[in-house]
Amino acid sequence: MAPNPLHLGVALDGAGWHPAAWREPNSRPADLFSAGYWTDLVTTAQRGLLDFVSIEDSLAIPEERHARTDDAVDRVRARIDANLIAARIAPVTRHIGLIPTVTTTHTEPFHISKSIATLDYTSRGRAGWQVRVSGTPGEAAHFGRRELRAITATELAEAVASGTFPGEVHDLFDEAADAVEVVRRLWDSWEDGAEIHDVATRRFIDRDKLHYIDFEGRFFSVRGPSITPRPPQGQPVVAALAHGPLIYEFAARGADLVFVTPTREAGPGPIVEQVTAAAARVDRTGEPLRIYADIVVFLDTDETTGPQRLARLNEHAGDEFASDAGIFAGSADELAELLIEWSGRGVDGFRLRPGVAVDDLAAITDRLVPALQRHGVFRTSYPDGSLRALLGLPTTVPNRYATA
Amino acid sequence: MSTPRKQVILGAYLGGVNHHTAWWHPAAGSQIDFSSFEHTARTAERGKFDFFFLAEGLILRERAGQIFDQDIIGRPDTFTVLASIAAVTEHLGLAGTINATFNEPYELARQLASLDHLSDGRAAWNVVTSFDAFTGQNFRRGGFLDPADRYVRAEETLNAVRALWDSWEAEDLVADKDSGRFLARPDAGAFAFHGSQFDISGRFTVPRSPQGRPVILQAGVSPQGRDFAAANADAIFSPFGKLPEAADFYRDIKARAVAAGRAAEDIKILPSASFVLGDTEAEAIEKFHAIRNEQVTGQTALILLEQIWNRDLSGYDPEGPVPDIDPDPAAPPIIQGRAFVHQDRFATVERLRQVAEAKQLTLREVVIDQFERGPLVGTPTQVAEQIDSFVQNNGSDGFILGSHLVPWGIDEFVDKVVPLLQDRGALRTEYTGTTLRDNLGLPNVRSTVAADA
Ligand SMILES: Cc1cc2nc3c(=O)[nH]c(=O)nc-3n(C[C@H](O)[C@H](O)[C@H](O)COP(=O)(O)O)c2cc1C
Repeated sequence: MAPNPLHLGVALDGAGWHPAAWREPNSRPADLFSAGYWTDLVTTAQRGLLDFVSIEDSLAIPEERHARTDDAVDRVRARIDANLIAARIAPVTRHIGLIPTVTTTHTEPFHISKSIATLDYTSRGRAGWQVRVSGTPGEAAHFGRRELRAITATELAEAVASGTFPGEVHDLFDEAADAVEVVRRLWDSWEDGAEIHDVATRRFIDRDKLHYIDFEGRFFSVRGPSITPRPPQGQPVVAALAHGPLIYEFAARGADLVFVTPTREAGPGPIVEQVTAAAARVDRTGEPLRIYADIVVFLDTDETTGPQRLARLNEHAGDEFASDAGIFAGSADELAELLIEWSGRGVDGFRLRPGVAVDDLAAITDRLVPALQRHGVFRTSYPDGSLRALLGLPTTVPNRYATA
Repeated sequence: MSTPRKQVILGAYLGGVNHHTAWWHPAAGSQIDFSSFEHTARTAERGKFDFFFLAEGLILRERAGQIFDQDIIGRPDTFTVLASIAAVTEHLGLAGTINATFNEPYELARQLASLDHLSDGRAAWNVVTSFDAFTGQNFRRGGFLDPADRYVRAEETLNAVRALWDSWEAEDLVADKDSGRFLARPDAGAFAFHGSQFDISGRFTVPRSPQGRPVILQAGVSPQGRDFAAANADAIFSPFGKLPEAADFYRDIKARAVAAGRAAEDIKILPSASFVLGDTEAEAIEKFHAIRNEQVTGQTALILLEQIWNRDLSGYDPEGPVPDIDPDPAAPPIIQGRAFVHQDRFATVERLRQVAEAKQLTLREVVIDQFERGPLVGTPTQVAEQIDSFVQNNGSDGFILGSHLVPWGIDEFVDKVVPLLQDRGALRTEYTGTTLRDNLGLPNVRSTVAADA
């Protein structure tokens, strides 16, 4: 296998990323909230030796942003907690990384820290966290603690184009950056080996190896230490989806992975440059930010081609499918070639978004992965180890508080 | 035949590092690795227990300003562990302690309903209200709630959570591919809740879960706590494992429930208890004393007493008499972050003095004697008899059992006592229903219409 293997994960979101995915013959819309559905998906991904699954979430009902009103009854308008899905799957999988989405805007970083740390324990070192900011007034009203102004589609488009976001958007990402910092400090707040089990002195822990984090920021202050000991990976993997320089900076400040959305036409080059520039602006040191390109995929199956499947889905939805990420509809071999080509252009890996979860995930595992293996760019078995190891991140993570 | 024998409710509790466990024992396992939680839960399910129960910690405790290394050192996140346990069990209820002060209703409702979905209807929430500004230092809400306000917030939190759960009816999820209808009505999940603590509205993302409303547990003994439980909880954890206090508590809670317009059997009363088994009674008693003696070192005894006196007692001799000074309720708490609030320090001190005097006990011995939750000690037959008669005589409706040995201690109970309880007809031999509500004999509330009828 090539020295620099291709990294491949999938992003799971309900019945799939196409709004009509739930109506496909193989889809299981009544099961979307059951353990069996998610177990089947993730074990399929694990059969394909993938690096990770990420699980989408938000504190609002799923909707197509800006596209339709939220009173449509022909869309999947429900979801359950992604971290708990990941936790439910952890004991029935062995190798694949589990990266649930957890929103920082309204959730306490203390809670996030211990829940992801615990997922790292129950998955034995396979936990990650996709950080999400929630900027909608609707989500704020679910908590009733503050008001957020709605940013219109036009404002958002202008902001993305110009790179200049309104102040309140900056604030949300500054707050999220603080949350990530707090969570990371809490993960370090117990040194490895703080549990000493010293029977002679009856000391269960060495209290000198526990540390107050004493975080004081604009948005909150957190004292620590964590209640949960340092997780198996030391620092679980932190990821963020980003669409523009402001968010690239946010990712560069605190994340290990950034999920980006190049278009098929432009390819990843321009975004890779922007991410690199953003990392330089925030003076990122240490490990480089790993760039993963998101692509929505509709793959050929035995019965139907990818483009035909996409056309059928669009017809059901009554709309042409639109996406922030590039869209691929075609054969697994063509997709393999695209991935190989793009991986030579500065991306570290890919996160495929199955258009229809059951069908496209099966095609990824049964068609794409063998195609990549034939090209010699993808693993043929899982190595032992943590998610960090699988992703090629350092597995020994220095603890910022360690004295010795 | 008269009515069938009252069924004993059993919960399994995994204690962390504290004066009820024995982490230093050569046979003790990890307090934090998932394998410990998995083993305890699987074993409890093998013993046909009703549920597995997890406590919660939100801050490391401190003694006189230093991290306190004797108690609750290291705990996993409640919801996350329970969701993972759902994968390795099929029938066992999954009960999590979650604080009502440092969590928001929308998230709580979402996590509990998600856990209920992912476990096919086995989720329970132990609503606790404890904690103070000290714990608040880990949270952006921060702040302190007066004892009176704690239950105001708890009650509102619970009402808001219920409003969220009820915002979906079972029939709202259609998911019909042919007609293209996913929802029966466009506003499924729409909610609005306005109270003194919360003013929230919007759409709840989680469809109605298998139990409709996950089971509500409560732990707390103040008059407000009792009223809150009597009006709202499906079960209350009792700190009283010995008669006659237990029977008084039982009568009191059931009476409060009836006063709140519920049936007495709508609320179950569950003391926590430890157990020590021996081949003979004498062996069990000897083993129990040996364990207690090991658990309560001189240092542990002083630390426990400091929480009652609220004074630094480090100068006192553990093998000497009970301290002859008065408690100092006005001083800042010497131990910060403990859940249990001593209601009347002077009365407790007086009781300790009397016991020490009557039984001729040292300070350490009186702690051993008094800081015990009503242990079940004896041969397996005797323990089965103790449990059954306690329940049949309305000392409680069951027990929450913890072992001093994490995680393998519960095996002994399941192997030796459970079959005897089953022989007596006091414990199921197979699970009959599918949800935790079924286990507990509580009505199902899958549809709001049925619940409110
Ligand atoms: C058996 C039992 C277990 C408890 N477990 C916890 C716990 O895990 N976490 C917590 O914050 N409080 C816990 N508590 C504390 C209570 O929830 C309650 O808040 C405290 O006793 C003060 O309330 P009160 O004034 O009504 O008694 C527990 C109490 C009891 C009796």
